[in-house]
Amino acid sequence: MTAVTANAGPTGFWQSRPARRFLSHRLALSGMILITLLTLACFLGPYVLPYDAMYIDLRARFAAPLTGQHYLGTDPLGRDIAARLFMAGQISLLVGFSSMLLSTVVGTLVGVIAGYRGGWIGAALMRTVDGFLSFPSIFLVLALAAALKPTPVMIIVIISLTKWMEVARIVEAEVRSLREREFVQAGRMLGLSRSHIMFREILPNVMGPIIVAATLTVARAILLEAYISFLGYGIQPPLPSWGNMLNGAQQYLASAPWLAIIPGAAITIAVTSFNFIGDGLRDALDVRDDRV
Amino acid sequence: MRAFLLGRLAQSLILILLVSIIGFVILNLTPGGPLSQHGLDPGMTQQDFNRLKEQLGLNRPLWAQYLDWAWRLLQGDWGRSFRDGTPVLNVIGRHLLATLLLMGSSTVFAIALGTWIGIRGATHRYSIFDYLATVGAMVALSIPTFWFGLVGIYVFSLKLGWVPAGNMYTIGDGSVGNYLHHLILPSIVLSLVHVAVWSRYMRTATLDVISQDFVKTARAKGLSERRILMKHVVGNALIPMITLAGMQLPSILTGALVTETVFTWPGMGRLFLDSLGYSDYPVVMGILIFSAILVIAGNLLADIAVAIVDPRIRLS
Repeated sequence: MTAVTANAGPTGFWQSRPARRFLSHRLALSGMILITLLTLACFLGPYVLPYDAMYIDLRARFAAPLTGQHYLGTDPLGRDIAARLFMAGQISLLVGFSSMLLSTVVGTLVGVIAGYRGGWIGAALMRTVDGFLSFPSIFLVLALAAALKPTPVMIIVIISLTKWMEVARIVEAEVRSLREREFVQAGRMLGLSRSHIMFREILPNVMGPIIVAATLTVARAILLEAYISFLGYGIQPPLPSWGNMLNGAQQYLASAPWLAIIPGAAITIAVTSFNFIGDGLRDALDVRDDRV
Repeated sequence: MRAFLLGRLAQSLILILLVSIIGFVILNLTPGGPLSQHGLDPGMTQQDFNRLKEQLGLNRPLWAQYLDWAWRLLQGDWGRSFRDGTPVLNVIGRHLLATLLLMGSSTVFAIALGTWIGIRGATHRYSIFDYLATVGAMVALSIPTFWFGLVGIYVFSLKLGWVPAGNMYTIGDGSVGNYLHHLILPSIVLSLVHVAVWSRYMRTATLDVISQDFVKTARAKGLSERRILMKHVVGNALIPMITLAGMQLPSILTGALVTETVFTWPGMGRLFLDSLGYSDYPVVMGILIFSAILVIAGNLLADIAVAIVDPRIRLS
């Protein structure tokens, strides 16, 4: 988004073709609105709610939603679910966003170098990509999360480690097709340095696909964090995340189904929003549709 | 064809080599590396630890250790489980069938439903059905599998009582019907994401085929739309789907792990989690490498199948 804004001035931006196409994409727009509301709720909600996410009230355990003073009910320790949901949302969204940034940077670097240099460097890099893609991501993430200390930063690193390959593939293919174009040859003739050609001349032309892939990566990173936290190897309590709020919810499924339903719904809304936005961006930026 | 097969086989072998290197690096990242089990033993002094390290050759350079380790993998010696000393491959073998049953049934379900949705979406392009299928697929891709499983258990097991809430069979009742009854909900849960993926790709593939000349010829011949669809379009649109089936393997395995956990299904994914809980690293590493090999083999098989079905590849 920022790159698009930077290319066109503030007034030109809203009139530009990509912006108009994005705004006329109903799903993308609803995704944008949903995720904005959700983010605002997560970051401002804790200041509005009367309860703290960590406050334990054993007299008010398992309160159902909308029955008492707790809007979304309480958990097995009597903590307010709404407050925890917002706190968890901050963490889940931050983890998703940071993982996207890290994996996009790594993927772009690998993709640009592999695509531009080609030869054995390119082949070695792309085979490494294939190697990482051969692992079912959750097995890799869980093995790493169990081996390393699962701090939030480490979780971000681990998730990025299994999500950078797709960006690398997309970027590599684009760069390879641009490598012999006239403007690149002109750059070479002018004696520009290799890194200047790679990152200042070619990279701006690949921003569209990168932005689309990055948006979809946020969605997947949030999902993956939810998976491993649900399984107990992600964000560790007492710090809440949408995934670890569901951890342990299964044993109370019959008596307190809201423990499972509410955080899962939040994950689904967030991930759907990012997928919708990604879809809209793909249409708006004219990116080839070679995946779902 | 022969050159294609050999080339593809060589690629797969290189991939397996890479996978083993990545696996070895991860193994050495675990606290205590391959000796993690003894690191937890309070009766072990630092001296004992160092002696054991020397005996097992763990003070040698990493590349020498890797070659040693990889050679043992090749010979089928994948180490022994810390928990009961069973060879890792035997432990995996005991749990493999349950996972394959779950994956197989959900794949069949996903292919059947996804193909139907995809073809209908392509033939009725921009209809309400197509629109709902598109939006539905994107939402389905966003639902965490484990949450869908929990909601499914809540509705269909706890509220309606139609299907069991977990396990593979009722103890004392090993009939086929009983297995199937337990299989229904987990395989539907596991298939959700893949119905979505499959229907989207099938829609694109069908649209690709419909716009080709031979379909126009078939229409010009006066064949009925139904006959054109069944005889000329579907078969051709399904060819790229074989590759897709191979590509989907990692995500099916990921889904299977989560589904098995929610439904206490005694498969490889559950074994993986249990082994993580017990710090049973030989089994963890074994499953990690095994699943990657499964994925590589699956993709290889898919490519060979496509080459057999599609004369364009066979002849080139």
